[in-house]
Amino acid sequence: MASTDALLPISAREEDPLLSDGSRSDPNSETPLRRRPFKGLLAVSFGLLFIAFYVALIATHDGSRSDDAKIDETETTMSRARLAGVSEKSNDQLWKLSGDRNAAAFAWNNSMLSWQRTAFHFQPEQNWMNGPLFYKGWYHFFYQYNPNAAVWGDIVWGHSVSKDLIHWVHLPLAMVADQWYDANGVWTGSATILPDGSIVMLYTGSTDKSVQVQNLAYPEDPNDPLLLKWVKFSGNPVLVPPPGILPKDFRDPTTAWKTSAGKWRITIGSKINRTGISLVYDTTDFKTFEKLDTLLHRVPNTGMWECVDFYPVSKTAVNGLDTSVNGPDVKHIVKASMDDTRIDHYAVGTYFDSNGTWIPDDPTIDVGISTSLRYDYGKFYASKTFYDQNKGRRILWGWIGESDSEYADVQKGWSSLQGIPRTVVLDTKTGKNLVQWPVEEIKSLRLSSKKFDIEVGPGSVVPVDVGSAAQLDIEAEFEIKKESLDKILGDASVMAEAEEFSCQTNGGSTVRGALGPFGFLVLTDDKLSEQTPVYFYVAKGKDSKLKTFFCTDTSRSSFANDVVKPIYGSSVPVLKGEKLTMRILVDHSIVEAFGQGGRTCITSRVYPTKAIYGATKLFLFNNAIDAAVTASFKVWQMNSAFIHPYSEDAVPTSIDEIPPNAVRRKIDSNWRGGFSLGVDLGLSRTGIAISKGYTVRPLTVLKSRGQKLETRLLEIAEEEEVDEFIIGLPRSSDGKETIQSNKVRSVAGRLAVQAAERGLKKSERQNREDAYAAVILLERYFSTQGLGTEIILPKSLDLQEKIKKGAFVDPDFFPEKLEENYTF
Amino acid sequence: IIVREEMKMIKMMMLMAMMMGVAMGDIIDKTCKQTPDYTLCVSLLRSDPRSSSADVVGLGLILVDKIKALGTETLGQINVAYKTKPMLKRALDECNGRYKTIVDVDVNTAIVAIKGNPKFAEGAIVDASVEASVCERGFPKGQSPVTGLTQRMDKICDVTRAIVRMLL
Repeated sequence: MASTDALLPISAREEDPLLSDGSRSDPNSETPLRRRPFKGLLAVSFGLLFIAFYVALIATHDGSRSDDAKIDETETTMSRARLAGVSEKSNDQLWKLSGDRNAAAFAWNNSMLSWQRTAFHFQPEQNWMNGPLFYKGWYHFFYQYNPNAAVWGDIVWGHSVSKDLIHWVHLPLAMVADQWYDANGVWTGSATILPDGSIVMLYTGSTDKSVQVQNLAYPEDPNDPLLLKWVKFSGNPVLVPPPGILPKDFRDPTTAWKTSAGKWRITIGSKINRTGISLVYDTTDFKTFEKLDTLLHRVPNTGMWECVDFYPVSKTAVNGLDTSVNGPDVKHIVKASMDDTRIDHYAVGTYFDSNGTWIPDDPTIDVGISTSLRYDYGKFYASKTFYDQNKGRRILWGWIGESDSEYADVQKGWSSLQGIPRTVVLDTKTGKNLVQWPVEEIKSLRLSSKKFDIEVGPGSVVPVDVGSAAQLDIEAEFEIKKESLDKILGDASVMAEAEEFSCQTNGGSTVRGALGPFGFLVLTDDKLSEQTPVYFYVAKGKDSKLKTFFCTDTSRSSFANDVVKPIYGSSVPVLKGEKLTMRILVDHSIVEAFGQGGRTCITSRVYPTKAIYGATKLFLFNNAIDAAVTASFKVWQMNSAFIHPYSEDAVPTSIDEIPPNAVRRKIDSNWRGGFSLGVDLGLSRTGIAISKGYTVRPLTVLKSRGQKLETRLLEIAEEEEVDEFIIGLPRSSDGKETIQSNKVRSVAGRLAVQAAERGLKKSERQNREDAYAAVILLERYFSTQGLGTEIILPKSLDLQEKIKKGAFVDPDFFPEKLEENYTF
Repeated sequence: IIVREEMKMIKMMMLMAMMMGVAMGDIIDKTCKQTPDYTLCVSLLRSDPRSSSADVVGLGLILVDKIKALGTETLGQINVAYKTKPMLKRALDECNGRYKTIVDVDVNTAIVAIKGNPKFAEGAIVDASVEASVCERGFPKGQSPVTGLTQRMDKICDVTRAIVRMLL
């Protein structure tokens, strides 16, 4: 991608004696943010009535998709390894292969792997959390990134911006490892916005001797709302490990807050032997610090505390608070990421500004103790909050690693993503825990919706017809029928189980209880052979009171035997009079579930092999033995967020003259005219997808070849009134064109001519998977705004002229343009 | 008299050897005691001359080297098996990919991460053992040409992982 070439990553001040010429890291940091190598795109475009069109090739490198080149696949695997990120395995449990599935080892294919890519989650190649902030109209996200190799290491700061926390645009790297004090990694940091609006960034550098130190950086140009360039303070490092702290136990400085003495205060996680601690420093200028003798807090036997976070929450109001706020109506949260277990824990407590200490309200669930509260009971780590001064809320962001094998990550070319940002507030009703909820901006992705009211009898599964089920937002309310509840509470033979129950140990969603489990089956196929239940389990307690648990069971989510499939969950407080509510965001290989308005949250990674593409379905289920349940819920289809690189570069002239649809959308982001037909030419099958307006959807798969195929393509184009073909151009892994590329070019060329001459303006659902590959082609075409598109024009000048006249505007599609064309 | 003096010498030599053994093997002994397979751990480490002066990080790196060597050896066996057992091509292909991941991706991650941020090394080592198991499972029962090697990989990964966890 050209975008990263145009701008220098970062440089220290010139007078810095430590700067040496050779210290810049590998200039190849401008590796395109390419995940899975994919086909280049050819675009054949033609007007509705005019015989105008062209063929465009989008130049990208990719791996060959041919089925028979075994040697190529191996080489491709090797080169893909260079691009892919490293996935982090779930280490809190010994990860042995599951399953008594006696069949041969499961073999992933490209179709299954490419389905896993999420549509509306933030996904660069490899990332850990740090330094989010809002500045001059943009939300900024800086993330840990390895641009050079497929292994963890050489960590630098990737950078993306968004207006709404959902639609992100990738920018060039913000900081690279070009100083001795961060030569082995530009690690996690935090931003503090000073009262005058300026930003200081403190971050951890791993020095050339792998010592962890804290460094200061700030934007080179505070007037640049994109904060593209950063300057490192010439006096770095500003903090080194103090006496008694080991050189590798000193990282992740927090955002600073003002003390009553008028100084800035930060905290940094560490450990002494096995006791997790958080050190405290005061400063006035972020360049010199004084270490307090007291620790913010310490908890024995919790190991190293990473990514410590410390912030106030209101006891009464639902808005977020700036990090410096303090007072009687405020509690403070201490959170730490536990290096030993890869779990983020937090506790609610009281902060004492006079000596910089904090004590938890409930020491029995102190930070890091295994029973203490977690932001999320699934896969969620290295999270961090920031205060969004734009909308007065505190936002939490978690890093979600992969739960699959490294081999699969290399194949698919990417690894790990961010959860959807969540607002976080104190639960004013219980006062004891936080409540998280997806930011409301995610609603902008909602497309069509369907509402349901269903009574589900015990032991039943009900299909929920919502069409495509891989990108969903579900909001649901459940109620156990009163008669069932009364009967079971009164029935002495129903054993109390609440005290022993846990989602993890109970055996999953197939184990039936009196009052549960019930909920949804997501990412499930027709036969329920792969399923991911998200559910409530209501258990009777010894005191005849009810205790509710919220779980996600991934144990049968996939036939694959090289993925981790845990059962996640926890109890969830349900107050008197409350119905049971859950919200679920489904986005391909990630499921985020929120119980009781976000009191208990569960993020899961799921890798189905059958419940993919058109086979992904949604079900409602009730596995209770006796109790009937009513479910009222709404399901929305979710659009893609089209996360893409930002480019200031001019596009080639031919595209300017005859812009393909994606480029027209770039020029005018509200324009949704133009219909594009995506064509994925395979050896034996050709997948077709179509884009009209806001959506891209698969159309069909054709099995014909040669002239018959081309004729059929033209017919479809005519029926669907498309004005351009976007055709995938296969290349080998080193970017060179292959015999296949030539064949595709000839097809494209013939289509160009024939479509122009014809004057251009079913779904056999044999195998939607190939049609989805065509969807991906179109999505990429749009998400890259047609960048790198190669235009192919018919040679005849007459036909070229026809193309240049442009596409006809269809008045049916643009009613607002009616007045221009007609007088009444 | 000669016999007595010889006995004294022998006793002294034994005493010295014991003391040296205790001093040198101390960190290896201490470390290996905290792993699931003490004997394997000790034999792997002692077979490498670097172990005598290594700290726990160094010991971890030695074991990662062993993983790499074992992975490379297994790749060699897989290559041979293409000719001797061509009917198992599909499973061999899968194994080839999996072991290449071990040798090229997992090992490199582990090496860098052990020195920088050890939990990523733990993940890589756990993954290595999974890749090996997946490879093994790809063969019909009893037909795998690499069973012994896979089992060895599993054991070495277990030990290595335990050592890496000490760095957390």
